[in-house]
Amino acid sequence: MRQGKSIITSAASVAILLGSMSLAPIGSASAEEASVIEQGKQIAFDRKKGNCLACHQIEGGDLAGNIGPPLIAMKARFPDKSKLRAQIWDSTKMNPNSMMPPFGRHDILSEDEIDKVVEFIYTL
Amino acid sequence: MRKILAAVAAAGMVAMAPQPASATPQEDLKEFRAYFEKRFPDVPMNDYINGVYAIDEASREQWEAIEDFPPYEIDISAGKEMFNTPFKNGKTYASCFENDGKGIRQNYPYFDTKTGEVVTLESAINACRVKNGEEPLGWKKGKIAQISAYMAYTSRGNKIDIEIPDDERALEAYERGKAHFYAKRGQLNMACADCHVYNSGRNVRADLLSPALGHVTHFPVYRSKWGELGTLHRRYGGCNKQVRAKPFPAQSDEYKALEYFHTYMSNGLEINGPGARK
Ligand code: HEC
Ligand code: HEC
Repeated sequence: MRQGKSIITSAASVAILLGSMSLAPIGSASAEEASVIEQGKQIAFDRKKGNCLACHQIEGGDLAGNIGPPLIAMKARFPDKSKLRAQIWDSTKMNPNSMMPPFGRHDILSEDEIDKVVEFIYTL
Repeated sequence: MRKILAAVAAAGMVAMAPQPASATPQEDLKEFRAYFEKRFPDVPMNDYINGVYAIDEASREQWEAIEDFPPYEIDISAGKEMFNTPFKNGKTYASCFENDGKGIRQNYPYFDTKTGEVVTLESAINACRVKNGEEPLGWKKGKIAQISAYMAYTSRGNKIDIEIPDDERALEAYERGKAHFYAKRGQLNMACADCHVYNSGRNVRADLLSPALGHVTHFPVYRSKWGELGTLHRRYGGCNKQVRAKPFPAQSDEYKALEYFHTYMSNGLEINGPGARK
């Protein structure tokens, strides 16, 4: 829980940063985005939804697999957020042999769920 | 363990090399072996018959303790009893098999050039029953698994010896099985090879993935998760379901072909069935 809290805090500060870049009103947007991030985390960790922990280490998650790379420094690795979304939507575009499920192309997650997961992953 | 993981990481880069489409079975086998030898340089070839325990020292001891008092022992006895009990017509299973059915597990599945079909041990057991006026048994567990377990037990130590006879249909069956093994399927879009070749030795969540080499040697298997014996095709169905693919029926042409390819890849390894797994 402690860890979760610190993630939320840092997520909120990220949201503020992003918010200011997109010229959105700062205060109110950050609380809303923090809840989107929290929902994204739940979807990512849920075994019946994203189950990203099956293959990736993610801060705050237990018993992670090691099929894919640890999900860290996402902003540095994906300066373009839409590329991150594309990786999650259909990993086989980048690597036809990817073992990562094509979450969007195969309707494993809805578009809205993918958006939320992207917001969460982008805080890592 | 540490060494193994390092080796896995090193092999990671070549791991995604796709299988060439037009190789002969002999070439496939050579490449399949070479791949695992490179991936797990410390694992002796015949140790692959121990599945995930060949590459996981941590759980191996626990498993060896289980094999000291095997949970499938009563199944072997039950299988032996059924095997030796005459059918209503007075004949026994022994009459249907070479060498009275003893020590022959390593020759299954084989391609029958008369019927043009892959014959698995379980299909031969049921064919024997039907030929002798008995009802066939269910395919995935229970009696058929017990009889199959007994027949595997009498074959322990014999080396798998699968042939692809010079018959177009045999090669076709082999290729169909190979295609199943390498094809991505299900909503999660994963191939057998994704888990049991390219990522063998890695973890999906807490599960360490076993190498496909040696998979078939110890079937039928007593799984703690099942709390009973199950056949190879029961396992195939489970692994298909894991990726949210519709499983094929046990003993369907599809799984028979898969077993033909899968077993051919383990040629030369020793039968050690039945086995115990978690
Ligand atoms: C079954 C395995 C598996 C699952 C489940 C999985 N991934 Fe992946 N992921 C991979 C692999 C393997 C890669 C490496 C690149 C490739 O092969 O596509 C990867 C790459 C990535 C990358 C790119 C990382 C980088 O730095 O290049 C991101 C981001 C990612 N995954 C996010 C996710 C998210 C989010 C989920 C869950 C919604 C998820 N993955 C579920 C296997 C998986
Ligand atoms: C999502 C990953 C995944 C996929 C895809 C997958 N399996 Fe598995 N399989 C597992 C796991 C996990 C186990 C249990 C641990 C182990 O032994 O590898 C397992 C176990 C097995 C076993 C038992 C091994 C033993 O020693 O008793 C066999 C046989 C097997 N799989 C065959 C297949 C075949 C054939 C396919 C394709 C039709 C397949 N698997 C697809 C994850 C997978």
